Amino acid sequence: MKIIDLVNKLGLEILSGENGLNRTVSGGYTSDLLSDVIANAQENNIWITLQTHKNVMAIASLKDLAAIILINGNKPEEDTREQSNIENIPILGTKGNAFETSAKIYELLNNE
Amino acid sequence: MVEETISLQYKIDGGDFKKAGYASSQIKKRLQKLNIHPKVIKKIVIALYEAEINVVAYAYDAVIRIEIGNETVKVKIKDNGPGIQDINQAMEKGYSTASSKIREMGFGAGMGLSNMKKNSDKFDIKSKINEGTEINIINYRINIKNENN
Repeated sequence: MKIIDLVNKLGLEILSGENGLNRTVSGGYTSDLLSDVIANAQENNIWITLQTHKNVMAIASLKDLAAIILINGNKPEEDTREQSNIENIPILGTKGNAFETSAKIYELLNNE
Repeated sequence: MVEETISLQYKIDGGDFKKAGYASSQIKKRLQKLNIHPKVIKKIVIALYEAEINVVAYAYDAVIRIEIGNETVKVKIKDNGPGIQDINQAMEKGYSTASSKIREMGFGAGMGLSNMKKNSDKFDIKSKINEGTEINIINYRINIKNENN
């Protein structure tokens, strides 16, 4: 499934990195602990988190993640947004919490 | 084949979390041009990123030195800093001396050094109190193809 499909199906807000919307998602990882994500997220995962600072993008880029979803209406800091545009790794937003968002994505990916 | 080594050097400063990841990102791009297997690159840059975070979080500054040879990629991170009191304890998963500021950012969970080791074929760490810490990492290359750079 492509990021753009997730955006359309779940009504996610595109906050930055629009050029990366055609990336393919395979699985997801939900965590606010960056150390955990560095150690355990997999390539092409979508990362669900409430962290908004620039290091989030460094990790997404090094781990080749597909996109980031900020939960609970969080917005990326300005330099996070800029880095997302440079790297073409989208940052998406939702008002939902981590549990609901993860569950919805899990279901969509499993029914592909 | 003649042994050719490419050396790269980066200096990083402590304290500035915004800059953490710059060296690893530059080195990732460089390694990708050299036809090194993506899995090997990933190990190298993840270990290096963990090191960068440690320097930013705990040290005053550091020099990162990368040597890319025909068979191995060696990474040395040498910092000026407070040093590590008990290396065995620091290597344990979950042990951390991080401040609350570092923890709020999602770091400082005591996973960094063990993750660095996990991503290294050879890992060595030594430290002197009030001087600093030196980490040496070696990863073996696989899938070596024609290399022009």
